Amino acid sequence: MEDDLPEAISLFAWMAWTQPTALFFVGIGTIILIMTVYEIKRPCAQRKGFLPIATTRGDRLFISLLTSAFLHLIVLGATDWSIWIALAISTFLLLITLRWG
Amino acid sequence: MQTKDMSMRKLLGLILYISFILLPIYWLLMMSFKTNEEILAQLTLWPQDFTFKNYITIFTDSTWYMGYVNSMIYVVLNTAITLTVALPAAYAFSRFKFVGDKHLFFWLLSNRMAPPAVFLLPFFQLYSSVGLFDTHLAVALAHCLFSIPLAVWILEGFMSGVPKEIDETAFIDGYSFGRFFIKIFLPMIRSGIGVTAFFSFMFSWVELLLARTLTSVDAKPISAIMTRTVGAAGIDWGLLAAAGVLTIIPGILVIWFVRNHVAKGFALGRV
Amino acid sequence: MTKLRNNKAWWLVLPMFVLVAFSAIIPLMTVVNYSVQDIFDQNTAYFVGVEWYQEVLRDTRLHDSLIRQFIFSFSVLVIEIPLGILIALLMPKTPNWKTSLVLILLALPLLIPWNVVGTIWQVFARGDIGLFGWAVNALGIDYNYTSNSLDAWLTVLLMDVWHWTPLVALLCYSGLRAIPNAYYQAAQIDRASRWAVFRYIQLPRLKSVLVIAVLLRFMDSFMIYTEPFVLTGGGPGNATTFLSQSLTQMAVGQFDLGPAAAFSLIYFLIVLLVSWLFFTTLTYEREDTAQYKAVQHNEGGS
Repeated sequence: MEDDLPEAISLFAWMAWTQPTALFFVGIGTIILIMTVYEIKRPCAQRKGFLPIATTRGDRLFISLLTSAFLHLIVLGATDWSIWIALAISTFLLLITLRWG
Repeated sequence: MQTKDMSMRKLLGLILYISFILLPIYWLLMMSFKTNEEILAQLTLWPQDFTFKNYITIFTDSTWYMGYVNSMIYVVLNTAITLTVALPAAYAFSRFKFVGDKHLFFWLLSNRMAPPAVFLLPFFQLYSSVGLFDTHLAVALAHCLFSIPLAVWILEGFMSGVPKEIDETAFIDGYSFGRFFIKIFLPMIRSGIGVTAFFSFMFSWVELLLARTLTSVDAKPISAIMTRTVGAAGIDWGLLAAAGVLTIIPGILVIWFVRNHVAKGFALGRV
Repeated sequence: MTKLRNNKAWWLVLPMFVLVAFSAIIPLMTVVNYSVQDIFDQNTAYFVGVEWYQEVLRDTRLHDSLIRQFIFSFSVLVIEIPLGILIALLMPKTPNWKTSLVLILLALPLLIPWNVVGTIWQVFARGDIGLFGWAVNALGIDYNYTSNSLDAWLTVLLMDVWHWTPLVALLCYSGLRAIPNAYYQAAQIDRASRWAVFRYIQLPRLKSVLVIAVLLRFMDSFMIYTEPFVLTGGGPGNATTFLSQSLTQMAVGQFDLGPAAAFSLIYFLIVLLVSWLFFTTLTYEREDTAQYKAVQHNEGGS
């Protein structure tokens, strides 16, 4: 059984994994997993917050993830700020949107 | 009198538009019956020196006609796979609410939106690593990424049009889910299935970029082989035109079979 | 229709999910991995962080091709949607063999492989051996799509109109067919003008199919590759180099995997954003009409 493991790894070696991207996907996966479990335990209703449309929890997550993706791009393209500033602002926005959006 | 005038004008407009559609195709068809000398020498509206030479070349050279066979194989495979997995999925979307249904649906559609160019290289490596490179299955699977979202979308529309009472009555009558689905439900959305098959077929048949990247020899599609007509002596226009004409025929056959469902199906069952 | 809440429905979706995820998520992850590395070959890659993103976002050639892409997609929508509606209005309404024939002829361009579409227009628009190019030149207009950028751009646009307007027309046609005859009879009694019939009866009923048409046409024109590639090869100069073309040049032509991957992701995000906006308006529209219908129904019933 142990011999199979390196082979399984080499099967995915072409994907050129790096630690930061692996962490990124683990992060996204964890968020989706938590949201799913939360949704099963306590299904949420659509509601209207400061966003122009009525949203569910999942919608708000999607909207804030998409917004932060574009925020990162703007910071990278138009400014010389560190990427961490964009990340900090995004996290802040994510929490606000999830709570009051 | 006035209505007659109107319908004459309508007819005229329609004829004008259809000639706009047909002229380029007519030009291709005529070119395929000309010799290269005639094509390059002067502009002729129909072949002066009528020849079948170009078609004979295609039908006698196995690298040429195998291109058509390869394309047909992966197109049929793609349509079959798409229908098999999209039918139950569309049923679930049309009948039930479940965790993440809306987001799953949008995620599906977003795959239809992804430009194939984005996935080109990883696809190549993914299918190489699992030993599918240069097989018909690889092309069929890659095309599924784009045909399944549309298929689920169309089928969901058609299925929503079938009253839910039919399901309930069948279950009360003691039908199992599988038997109900195949014996009762599928026949009711026949035209939806026809149109979905048409769309899957159409997308897979016309796509070039992925099909060319994922094959080299054994499963090479006709559209990739057509680039061979560009040789050292310039482009072999006659041969290129003949190959092009032959690619139009399967499409005509398929639309002939679904012509009666087209009006309903093109609205994706949502009108 | 009210839907039941049932998470077991996931079992019906699962085969589709696994199949699509296999072809969608693994390549997407790979693209993300590539985008942060400088890749020399299978075993040699260096982590470079966000460098490629900065490079791609500041590349003026890519800005140009993005702007060109938006102008093209916009022109496509502006021309094809009204033209498609017009053609649908011209089509005969009674189902018989003539209507079938018109439908099949209309659908023809949709069924031609994209590279063949390119080939057809490559030949058809040439001044020496093509009918169209020859006719335009004979009218005294100097036209040559291989050397003049404007001519090339217009030819690509004309080709796209030829290729895809039938899709819009067929969608609208099926939308029109679904309007009950009683509506037209009522309009006749009111002596409504042709324009009024279109504006207040036909157009509102076409709304849902039009949103589908706009969505499909935007998505497909935004990823156009094969047809201009065959027709003009992106030239002359860069006049017809659209986004997919720039991307393919980068990834396959120059084998710059890192920048190409970063570019892919930015490209994908743009399409995702625009499509999400379209999709949200589409579903929102439908909920509004559903509520409206429910209100009408209640009023009728009471």
